[in-house]
Amino acid sequence: MKFTQAGKMAIAAVLSNKLRSFLTMLGIIIGVMSVTLLISLVQGATNTVTSSLDDLGGDQLVASISNTSKRLTLHEVEALEGSGGIARVSPVLNGKGTAKAAGNSTDISITGITSAYQEVQGMDLENGRYINENDVEYRLNVCIVGSGVAKDLFGNTNILNETIRIAGKDYRVIGVREEAEETMFGSANDGVFLPFTNAQRLLSSVNITTFYVSTSDTEHTQEAKDALDQMLMNKYGDEDSYTIVNMMDIMDTINSVMSTLELLLGAIAGISLLVGGIGIMNIMLVSVTERTREIGIRKAIGAQKPDIIVQFLIESVIISLMGGLIGMGISQGILTLINTLYPGYNFNISGGVAGMALAFAIMVGVVFGIYPANKAAKLKPINALRYE
Amino acid sequence: MIELKNISKVYELGEEEVRALDRVTLTIEDHEFVAIIGASGSGKSTMMNIIGCLDTADEGSYQIDGQEVSDLSEREQSTLRNRKIGFIFQQFNLLPKLTAYENVELPLIYQGVGAGERKKRVMEALEKVDLGHRIHHRPNQLSGGQQQRVAVARALVTRPSLILADEPTGNLDSHSTQDIMKLLKELHALGNTLVLITHDNDIAAQAPRRVRLMDGRILSDSREGGGID
Repeated sequence: MKFTQAGKMAIAAVLSNKLRSFLTMLGIIIGVMSVTLLISLVQGATNTVTSSLDDLGGDQLVASISNTSKRLTLHEVEALEGSGGIARVSPVLNGKGTAKAAGNSTDISITGITSAYQEVQGMDLENGRYINENDVEYRLNVCIVGSGVAKDLFGNTNILNETIRIAGKDYRVIGVREEAEETMFGSANDGVFLPFTNAQRLLSSVNITTFYVSTSDTEHTQEAKDALDQMLMNKYGDEDSYTIVNMMDIMDTINSVMSTLELLLGAIAGISLLVGGIGIMNIMLVSVTERTREIGIRKAIGAQKPDIIVQFLIESVIISLMGGLIGMGISQGILTLINTLYPGYNFNISGGVAGMALAFAIMVGVVFGIYPANKAAKLKPINALRYE
Repeated sequence: MIELKNISKVYELGEEEVRALDRVTLTIEDHEFVAIIGASGSGKSTMMNIIGCLDTADEGSYQIDGQEVSDLSEREQSTLRNRKIGFIFQQFNLLPKLTAYENVELPLIYQGVGAGERKKRVMEALEKVDLGHRIHHRPNQLSGGQQQRVAVARALVTRPSLILADEPTGNLDSHSTQDIMKLLKELHALGNTLVLITHDNDIAAQAPRRVRLMDGRILSDSREGGGID
């Protein structure tokens, strides 16, 4: 009951000097805004990167071959399957080209894949079927097209068994990919997938330069990596000829870099909160001096020390809390603006960040309010009453 | 009952020592109406502050209802002020940002009185000072006389045994002065102990007992019928 009264008085005091209260709040507003904004941006970026990587598969190994003097064949890499913790091997061959059909043409990215692709990298079809071993073995002129390509050429995605022309050859559409979200690695919707052997011929590339390896389970990742390493070492005899990367390692690295960045930015922004807190203390001290007489009157009619402390403390906490809420509102506003201007991003203040920022704002109010409040409460009633 | 025994209070003004009160002994019985008269610098304000537990004496003993005040903690002194003493100041000392109602309510809030009871007692007090119709006005929307009546309501809302009035009419015109004096006499008639501090002989003459101070000592202590000394 006393508390609600003290709260009302504190709100009245904050409102009675709006400009001053606002200017005092400004320090906290800027502090909380920069803290929440920076941390949310870093978190958002981390989430985008890791979810993109996650789409590629978290328990995969990626082997890249830089030495092209020795030819690595499809049979050689497929021979790895089923041993040493390796489940499937999915070589890919990337290139660019132009697809034509129904009088339209569009730029496409070409990916040569095997039947392992949808197991290792994953692919969802809107309709049709995946590329199978037969397609690869007999180098059939079939393709799976991205939804964007289908729409560009035919205006819709219902194009099974239609024919598209790539580099003078006709390909029968056997599948259409589901529309994928735009990611920071580019759109998956403008891709055309061909049987690996077919793509090799189309792109005049006989080498396998990149292949993905899925492991039987995450515990066997290291074993699989060792087996892969041994095979490539036997083949090239030089560890500079190839690299094997574990997706998990990349994600761990990115996560640790991002959390360091988050901490650093948070700390820098925290300094502005500290400055805001000093502003509160300053203005509360002025307020105590200005209201010495009021404090004297209150004490004369029976206010106890805690009554006075609570009154001034609530006032400083209200200022810091309001500053915190306003700062967070502005911050979310900026993030929403970024989301609108740059589709594909989705920045938001997470519950944890919001809670932390508010808790910090309240803490600043208490820490920097306690000294002025205590100073007010310690005034002797007679001295306070005589104060002019 | 109020008992001051050999109370002294010394202020230091630079090198010089000023004895604001010099071994003053005074007893005020319950239900008395006492005027303490003195010129500026006679020590009457110091006396009022000590009686009101706003200040402490340097020497001597001060007891309220048999309780030695110097033995009380700061907290207990606050409680004592809140429950037993009602203050009326020359400067009114209302909180400018609170309405008349809220000003009167404040001591009850500090006392921890519940909302319903509070409302009843605040309205009672404000009606007693004839301000029941101006409860939502702030001090700057009220005349001096009205402000002092709000202050009187604030003093009596806690039903204190002692009302301390420090030059209550010092800032008022003659008409308001009469109003306030009438009100104070009514309060005394209702059984309150009333201590009135003034420099004005005409005001003091309205009290049945008059204590005259000069240079920190009691010059005279006269009862009704004794005339002005």
